[in-house]
Amino acid sequence: MLKDITLGQYFPGDSLIHKLDPRTKLIAVVLYIVALFQAKGWIGYGAVTLATLILMAISHISFGNIFKGLKPMLFIIVLTALLNIFYTTGTPVVEGWIITWEGIDRAVKMILRIVLLITGTFLLTYTTSPMALTDGLELLLNPLKKLHVPVHEMTIMMSMALRFIPTLIEETDKIMSAQKARGADFETGSLIQRAKALLPILVPLFVSAFRRADELAVAMESRCYHGGEGRTRMKQLHLAGRDYAALVVSALFLAGIIVLRHFGL
Amino acid sequence: MAEIIVEGLSHTYSAGTPFQKTAIENINLRIPQGQFVGLLGHTGSGKSTFVQHLNALLQPTSGRVLLDGEDINKDKKTRRDVKWKVGLVFQYPEYQLFEETVYADIGFGPKNMGLGKEEIDERVREAASFVGVEPELFEKSPLELSGGQKRRIAIAGVIAMRPGVLILDEPTAGLDPAGCRQIMDNICRYQRETGATVLIVSHNMDDAARLCERLIVFDHGGVVMDGTPEEVFSRPQELIQIGLAVPQSTAIAMALQEKGLALKGAVYTHEQLLMAVEAAKGAALC
Repeated sequence: MLKDITLGQYFPGDSLIHKLDPRTKLIAVVLYIVALFQAKGWIGYGAVTLATLILMAISHISFGNIFKGLKPMLFIIVLTALLNIFYTTGTPVVEGWIITWEGIDRAVKMILRIVLLITGTFLLTYTTSPMALTDGLELLLNPLKKLHVPVHEMTIMMSMALRFIPTLIEETDKIMSAQKARGADFETGSLIQRAKALLPILVPLFVSAFRRADELAVAMESRCYHGGEGRTRMKQLHLAGRDYAALVVSALFLAGIIVLRHFGL
Repeated sequence: MAEIIVEGLSHTYSAGTPFQKTAIENINLRIPQGQFVGLLGHTGSGKSTFVQHLNALLQPTSGRVLLDGEDINKDKKTRRDVKWKVGLVFQYPEYQLFEETVYADIGFGPKNMGLGKEEIDERVREAASFVGVEPELFEKSPLELSGGQKRRIAIAGVIAMRPGVLILDEPTAGLDPAGCRQIMDNICRYQRETGATVLIVSHNMDDAARLCERLIVFDHGGVVMDGTPEEVFSRPQELIQIGLAVPQSTAIAMALQEKGLALKGAVYTHEQLLMAVEAAKGAALC
């Protein structure tokens, strides 16, 4: 049951989007998010939605996978929509109701905005392996090294954290089975009892996480790891023609949305 | 008192998804009370999935498991109660220790059974003595002990529930030879003194040959051999073919036979090897 978590999951493929340089994709996602928040009228929102659908089609990511990722956000989406419907002043839909046309308009736009925001970032994580993502991030943040920001250390921490999520999930599964075999009960009882029942899982899990961290540190040091100084990489990233094209298209798209906003569309 | 009957047991992981995988298929077994059984099979042959069905940690996709004639998956209560009747010790069980003291950790199972303080105390002491853990260790944190001690405490935690069936998944993996011997001795003693059924998943063929009265060999989710060590180890070629080893003595006997020495009968212990070689020598002299 714990195996069903889809968090930043990567679906290998060889679509155009998969082949883009991670740096291009990171910059494009930032531009996409800015564009999304610049969209004002229905035409602007329509343009962003259309762009998202086209990107989904190019990257061969199915609606099903996107929806699976949206599920945990459902509560926030519904809550935002309800708040907007009921707390926006304007012309009522029916005389005497508190629901207004403006409220519905804003609620739909808010839903669209959240869904598109999540979809856009999913398109990034679904088409880019965590390793490529952190590599790209490190290169993008490289200028910050001049300001003594430990960019390399931060990105290697990120890739390690991502690397160990599945391992820890597997471990949790194992520990749960072992404690269940000793009669531990995680399903019944009051909220407090159930919280207490988590202790037999959490303690061994933390102990093993620390043990793993220790072992990993020793393994890295014994292979002479000493931080980012003078370190070369196995996979050099190169910007190709398609990357420049993608960046130009993204920039033009953002410009277009800003122009639309200027005209109130 | 504790007879296990497995009928047409199959289990498919993630059924109905693209990741669907059949781990075991149509397993039929009868394990009478008090038997010392070894489960053999290489990684992924389905033996770990199989043992997790015997205490209802996993529910069968089809088929059933009967303990003393009662379906262990009948309802929620039987599914929980079977955990005390069939004790399962996982691989590397020391990673499940969590309590502040050794005493509390061994007592975790009995406490979950809802027993009184005195009953728990009696069982903790009894279980600790079975695995050779001195009462001086009771107030220590289980996390500061050595690997072998942790392993024995974890096993005591299961024994403290006084299970009529004790299942151990590779109980000696990763221990030094002295630690291995100690654990195997502890398990044998538990079986001898309580008359419990014991199932051991093992990769150590010498242990299996020496201790078990019955061996069940798994391959590709099914049972491919089931019999006494003599029966199983008299087919060494088949064992090697499915990726398993044979006891050292059997390997030596096979090598000798290849060199032209005719040995008679199944050889799987050192004594048998010696006798077979003596006999062959005698025959050659005549």
